[in-house]
Amino acid sequence: MIDWLPAVIILAVCIVITVVRIFMGPGAPTRLVAFDTTNTLVVASLVVVGMMFNHAIFIDVAIVYALLSFAMTLYVAKYIGGSRF
Amino acid sequence: MALNIVTYIFIGIGLFFNMVGSIGLHRLPDMYTKLHAATKCTTFGSIFLILAVIIQAANIWAQGGISQSVMCIHAVLALVALMVTNATGAHAIARAAYRSGEKPAKVVVDDLGGKEND
Repeated sequence: MIDWLPAVIILAVCIVITVVRIFMGPGAPTRLVAFDTTNTLVVASLVVVGMMFNHAIFIDVAIVYALLSFAMTLYVAKYIGGSRF
Repeated sequence: MALNIVTYIFIGIGLFFNMVGSIGLHRLPDMYTKLHAATKCTTFGSIFLILAVIIQAANIWAQGGISQSVMCIHAVLALVALMVTNATGAHAIARAAYRSGEKPAKVVVDDLGGKEND
């Protein structure tokens, strides 16, 4: 069996680093980049946690989270860059 | 046993690139280089982490664990969703940042300046 717990811990450290950049970052576009990175890391860690706990529901949540965070990224980008895409 | 070694290698590649992306988000000077480091590296690393999960779930499914079949197929769906949405989102962020007036650090020539190109 694979030991998934160190991978989850390192991913959690990466998520903490990117969340710190969300609060620090100068300007709205940098915060949006950090937010998008955080969402990608959360999706990856949800898939790994689902494999670790042997529950498929985490991976379903990861699919929906990826699509909803994509929609939110597009709308915040539209808000930042004016009315047009 | 060979599949376990391949899985550990994929986990190592994925964690390395996720760490590189997270550190590059802190270290690089302006927003476009931050976008370059963060989006490319975390997408590549997350692809390899999900591939490791897919390999392990398919291995247990092939040995008779029927509950892992749902996990394998849905991990493939999560991989496809991640690969499609990350590239599009990064493109939208870069376009919106340029439209909002954000310039790269130490920029000398701006070929798009003053044009109204959609």
